[in-house]
Amino acid sequence: MTTQPKEIGAPEAVPLVPEEAGIALARPGVRPFAIGAAVLAAALVPLLFKSFVTFQLTLVMVYALAILGLNLLTGFNGQFSLGHSAFYGIGAYTTAILMDRWDIPYFWTLPAAGGVCFLFGFLFGLPALRLQGLYLALATFALAIAMPQILKFGPLESLTGGVQGIVILKPDPPFGLPIDADQWLYYFTLAVLLVMFAAASNLVRSRTGRAIMAIRDHPIAAAAMGINTALYKSLTFGVSALYTGVAGALGAIAIQFVAPDSFTFLLSVSLLVGLVVGGVGSIPGCLVGGLFVLFVPNLSEAVSTGLAGAIYGVILLLVIFVMPSGAAGFARLAAVHLARFNQARNRFSDGRKK
Amino acid sequence: MELLLQQVMAGLATGGIYACMALAVVMIYQAIDHLNFAQGEMAMFSTFIAWQILQWGQPYWVAFAAAVVLSFLGGIAIERVLFRPIHNAPILSSLVAFIALFSILNSLAGFIWDFNIKPFPTPFGNKPLLGALIGTHQAGMIAVTLGMLGLLYLFFRGTRLGLAMRAAAANPESARLVGIRVGWMTALGWGMAASIGAVAGMLIAPVVFLEPNMMLGVLLYGFAGAVLGGLTSPGGAVLGGFAVGVIENLAGSFIPYVGRELKLTIALVLIVAVLMVRPSGIFGRRVVSRV
Repeated sequence: MTTQPKEIGAPEAVPLVPEEAGIALARPGVRPFAIGAAVLAAALVPLLFKSFVTFQLTLVMVYALAILGLNLLTGFNGQFSLGHSAFYGIGAYTTAILMDRWDIPYFWTLPAAGGVCFLFGFLFGLPALRLQGLYLALATFALAIAMPQILKFGPLESLTGGVQGIVILKPDPPFGLPIDADQWLYYFTLAVLLVMFAAASNLVRSRTGRAIMAIRDHPIAAAAMGINTALYKSLTFGVSALYTGVAGALGAIAIQFVAPDSFTFLLSVSLLVGLVVGGVGSIPGCLVGGLFVLFVPNLSEAVSTGLAGAIYGVILLLVIFVMPSGAAGFARLAAVHLARFNQARNRFSDGRKK
Repeated sequence: MELLLQQVMAGLATGGIYACMALAVVMIYQAIDHLNFAQGEMAMFSTFIAWQILQWGQPYWVAFAAAVVLSFLGGIAIERVLFRPIHNAPILSSLVAFIALFSILNSLAGFIWDFNIKPFPTPFGNKPLLGALIGTHQAGMIAVTLGMLGLLYLFFRGTRLGLAMRAAAANPESARLVGIRVGWMTALGWGMAASIGAVAGMLIAPVVFLEPNMMLGVLLYGFAGAVLGGLTSPGGAVLGGFAVGVIENLAGSFIPYVGRELKLTIALVLIVAVLMVRPSGIFGRRVVSRV
């Protein structure tokens, strides 16, 4: 028996949900109901909590969106990237430059940021076609290292503001709505998030999505079945960059500031951690990832300032030990066990009736 | 011409640092099939241990030997305690475990020994050599790196244990069937990588000074060198490390205007360009899988 060489860019396929788990988790009617309840709860948050919490949750959604972008590439297409901080940065800078230099309204900058990032991602995806696994990781890593340096680069300073970066203004709520700017930005981000999550979940269930996943699971077999692997891989790179770029744009509006050193390699690492904690190849998992990326570093800072890094590391290790395939894998496993338990109980009570 | 020679030598000197690290990176990659993102921090921690022993008044070589041995044991312990339980987890999860280890070691070192930079002694002195083109320490560092490479070559080609380790990495199942204890071979690989890292750390510390963040940049260039040379080839990794140093230096001084600010970017872009032509690194074997 030959063992397949493990490549870092090819995460093992998500185990198929057994029939019994399907019964418990995705009973027709349950899922839309659960999503509806979650959206309702999310809509109530800014009315119930302080504006700082609202601001933090806005950032959670921004990170979730960025992680979703990475997930489309890594989780569904099996390409590995350490360069998503660069796409995030490009998105943020596109928005900041459009708002600051050309006074374009913030909502128009999102499609622009997405478009620019799609183009960059697609073009970067072309040479990346030749590379796999760790070699692809190095190429994307080069992108992550290059981005802050390019943003600081002298001749571009009139556009990017150099080391100082660009300060932008927080948009006011439209139509004289009786909410403050933080609350409005929260709702705006929530709306964008919902649209983009829905689009992503439709994408992965479509014919295109199946092609993308087939390439992840077995590139050669996928090509043999007539899938244009080169085109789909580059397109996935573009769409992934688009998602992360829009997240960057929203992040820039929320923080009201962009500077080169916010978009370093460390941001890529954070996104990667969020991806794994949430669950590789799971769309709702990205939200868990966003929560982790924002709150756990703060939490460890609160426990002990001197040892914050060590506490963060220990929490991360515990998460990996308890849930090796992320929150999504954990939920799937829990659903399977619950279904088995229910089945056993039903069988037992059926037996008693007879 | 003189400038070129000077820059190449300076590049080789920095390249020696990267080569050291690249060698440690490839060692552990051979043993466990993963890139160890915490490798640099493990090396930094080992160097701090050596520094502590020096502070207690022991001579250099005692500290050196103690750090190498303790790192070997520490590497094995990390494998047994942290990575054995999750060796079946998805590959990205182990990557995140490495990031966690990175964070823990970095923070602990800062907590125990604080973040002030500390000088670290060199056994080779700091006199200029070859008409001031290179220092004795740099020359010593390059010599030690090449020496370690030679020893590793002999170990893997010439001893039973080396053969067993190669077998365990190449085909764990068959290796287990012929009676090799695959789990312990992996642990041994960790130990050796930690020791090599310790040597690398102690050679690098006199140049970059000792502090918890000293290895971050070095590790990244070490990775770049290892990938450039090919992850399956220790010799290629060492050459790759030297190449990264030289390319970085030459780009900085010979590409006008853009060079100095973007020398790192240029070096990385060049590496990626090389990978376009040789996708498995310059000396790497192409891994072919059966369909």
